[in-house]
Amino acid sequence: MNVNPELAMIWAGLIAFAVFAYVVLDGFDLGIGILFPEFAVGEERDQAMNAIAPVWDGNETWLVLGGGGLFAAFPLAYAIVMPAFYPPIIAMLLGLVFRGVAFEFRWRDPSHRKFWDFAFTAGSATAALAQGIILGALLQGVTVAGRGYGGGWLDWLTPFSLLTGGSVVAGYALLGACWLIAKTEGQAQAHAYRLARRYGVITLVAIIAVSAATPFLSHGYAMRWLAFPGVIVTAQVPLLVTIAAFLFWRALGRQAQYAPFVLALGIFALSFVGLGISMYPFIIPPDVTIWAAAAPADSQGFMLVGAGIMLPVILGYTGWAYWVFRGKVGAGYH
Amino acid sequence: MFEGFDPVILARIQFGFTVSFHFIFPSFSIGLASYLAVLEGLWLRTGKAVYLDLFNFWVKIFAVAFAMGVVSGIVMSYQFGTNWSVFSDKTGPVLGPLMAYEVLTAFFLEAGFLGVMLFGREKVGPGLHFAATCMVALGTFISAFWILSANSWMQTPTGYAVNALGQFVMKGSWLDVIFNPSFPYRLIHTVTGAYLTTALAVGGVGAWHLLRQRRAPDGASPEAARIMFSMAMWMAAIVAPIQIIAGDEHGLNTLAHQPAKIMAMEGHFQSHPKGAPLILFGLPNQTEQRVDYAVEIPKLSSLILKHDADAPLAGLDTIARDKQPPVAIVFWSFRVMVGLGMAMLGLGLWSLLARARGKLYDWPWLHRAGVLMSPAGFVAVIAGWITTEVGRQPYTVYGLLETAKSVSPLAAPAVGASLVAFVVVYFAVFGVGTWYILKLMAKGVQAHETELQDGPIRTAGTTPAPQVLAGGTAA
Ligand code: HDD
Ligand code: HEM
Ligand code: HEM
Repeated sequence: MNVNPELAMIWAGLIAFAVFAYVVLDGFDLGIGILFPEFAVGEERDQAMNAIAPVWDGNETWLVLGGGGLFAAFPLAYAIVMPAFYPPIIAMLLGLVFRGVAFEFRWRDPSHRKFWDFAFTAGSATAALAQGIILGALLQGVTVAGRGYGGGWLDWLTPFSLLTGGSVVAGYALLGACWLIAKTEGQAQAHAYRLARRYGVITLVAIIAVSAATPFLSHGYAMRWLAFPGVIVTAQVPLLVTIAAFLFWRALGRQAQYAPFVLALGIFALSFVGLGISMYPFIIPPDVTIWAAAAPADSQGFMLVGAGIMLPVILGYTGWAYWVFRGKVGAGYH
Repeated sequence: MFEGFDPVILARIQFGFTVSFHFIFPSFSIGLASYLAVLEGLWLRTGKAVYLDLFNFWVKIFAVAFAMGVVSGIVMSYQFGTNWSVFSDKTGPVLGPLMAYEVLTAFFLEAGFLGVMLFGREKVGPGLHFAATCMVALGTFISAFWILSANSWMQTPTGYAVNALGQFVMKGSWLDVIFNPSFPYRLIHTVTGAYLTTALAVGGVGAWHLLRQRRAPDGASPEAARIMFSMAMWMAAIVAPIQIIAGDEHGLNTLAHQPAKIMAMEGHFQSHPKGAPLILFGLPNQTEQRVDYAVEIPKLSSLILKHDADAPLAGLDTIARDKQPPVAIVFWSFRVMVGLGMAMLGLGLWSLLARARGKLYDWPWLHRAGVLMSPAGFVAVIAGWITTEVGRQPYTVYGLLETAKSVSPLAAPAVGASLVAFVVVYFAVFGVGTWYILKLMAKGVQAHETELQDGPIRTAGTTPAPQVLAGGTAA
């Protein structure tokens, strides 16, 4: 209905950007939550928490933009995907409830701090696992009937989606460890280096496993990745991941402060591009394309005006907020 | 479990439950953010330490309430899709942009400046810090603007057409969608409601400490308690009447656009060709289509709604049974709201009397009333929303899309299980959070609220302790 294909592509790109921003930004917050039990009670935990306390809310807002943007720009996709992944989405939301309040509650009530620290980890891990499962379930395809979801309520649960779920947990832990390298010093930082090594290995293994499994999901994916001559382009992705992984390792070896985080981001970005290659032009494989789900040009155009003006402003003041809290947290005063 | 239940009913209960919980926190943080901006402004202008103490006290409570508002809000933005997927598909092209604008103009603003507001005073200095506080307050208002516009469009849809796929799409101008007929009324009434809610909560804390300090010093600053109480009572005296007038205007607007809702609020099952009575109390009996044991004042309803005691008013007998909203819920929730509004007005007038006599801080019964009324705003706000939303039934988009046809294709057990999970988690988590807020309130504003008194507690809930130690004062 009166869909403008270019606008639809722009919005697909913007939503992909919001989701990517969410994944890497809240990814390191959730990762710190996942790693929390590893940290010594007391100073190390407090430092880890302080490394994200001023920014987590802004990071999480990208999730609202991703969800809200999907509702606005691709209402059909939103209407199919949400019921299809009902249980993991509810689990993610509840996980985010626990993780979000733990930031405040653990300071309010020292006698139950242990409990809120546990809630912080359990909430973070649940949210990360659920997000990974949703990713896998989307890749493996969704049954559509008419203009709605047509499958059962456990269709999302497969070995593949569990694999992607675990991978996202490991990947977030890696981001969290790298963020801590950048934000802490001394003992805490040494610990973060060890964790980054461990989760670096796990994440790479997971990326390989997911990449190997994806082509078997559907014939289309295999064609896209392996057939000639497209393979000349697609082969660049694994190649670049290999290079990034190598540099990442070197950066850990020479105790770099910021390079590990940047390179981990790079690995995430490449995986994200790989995902795009698999899915394009579908917003919900295997049936619903970006254009079929798009809202009318009027709606998308109206929003694009707002996004065009506001996104640079948002990036500006978000950048400023990060700049205000630059440097190491909580170092040296104890 | 839940096999025998109607998934539509379960979805409605779940949505009503989660959104009611969500709204408790914004109605506090919309008012509190502005109050904090005022306090900080007063401190910057007068340099009086007590204003900074007040700021540092309320910002801790704000941090807890805001965190709960954010996490319950994220749930809301997914609920449309998870439980009302048909509604989402059909209204997305119209409502989606409004919500996208909310994220772009409000949520990022709040979240981006929140960190600086909570922990950044040492880092950015007082001027920029004040600016950050103002940005957070502005963000909460913009958020209310967009979401209330979306909700109002569902009540009084304008500026739309229906396309071949059955979706609502914008037709004409986006301004017709945004500024739909009920939006200005709803925005004013809801935002002033949030201010009143906050004022009563603040006044209750002041009153509580004034009462305790009559007996013995309770460790909290007496000056701060007096300032809180006085500011709150000014708000009650000035804003409560405004709120009542705004509510009256809102009701007239509703009469024009959603007459069935007004009939349910008034309990008017019958039409009254010559002057309708105001039913004060009674038991609405929808099966028999009458109000049992009604206590009524003749002709008053026509006088209020039409400004003419003899004006005719149609009743629910003009509405098909299956298009009537559930009358008893609407009838009672409306009375709860109005009753509390009147009580707030009474409190405001009483405080004016005390002030005129120079006894504002000396009348214990006034203070007791202040404590008693401190949760009244929250109850009134939720009661108001229940009136609004239940009165809109059986539609999600008034007159155009029925609630029963908006729902996701989910089986009852799935919705039932998630509903139970939400109820358990919300009561546990938000109950504990409320308890923490009450504990902070009971402790009261400390003189030199900024200085650490009992070890490296994290003053602003989230102020990094080392930063506090380094600076000597907390942010
Ligand atoms: C502190 C809060 C508060 C107080 C004291 C009042 N209200 Fe209210 N009322 C609200 C807070 C609120 C609200 C939460 O803001 C609602 C829910 C939706 C809306 O638009 O505003 C509302 C809705 C609402 C509606 C329903 C409008 C509709 O959906 O069509 C009417 C007619 C009134 N109010 C009228 C009144 C009157 C006559 C009051 C006087 C005593 C009053 N309200 C006090
Ligand atoms: C924050 C204050 C709000 C409260 C307390 C509230 C309360 C409720 C309640 C009690 C119901 C259930 C009504 C019933 O089923 O009988 C409901 C339904 C609903 N509300 Fe609201 N609401 C609020 C704001 C909003 C807003 C801002 C929107 C949209 C932008 C909205 C959209 C809906 C929808 C889609 C339903 C489900 C369909 C229905 O049952 O009518 N609500 N709400
Ligand atoms: C169904 C309706 C609603 C939805 C989908 C919704 C969605 C959200 C979301 C996603 C957030 C979190 C934003 C963040 O990450 O910072 C949020 C917070 C907030 N919402 Fe809602 N909301 C609804 C109803 C309302 C209403 C009716 C109001 C006010 C009139 C409101 C005012 C706010 C405010 C001020 C915040 C900031 C957090 C806080 O103050 O506690 N919301 N909402």
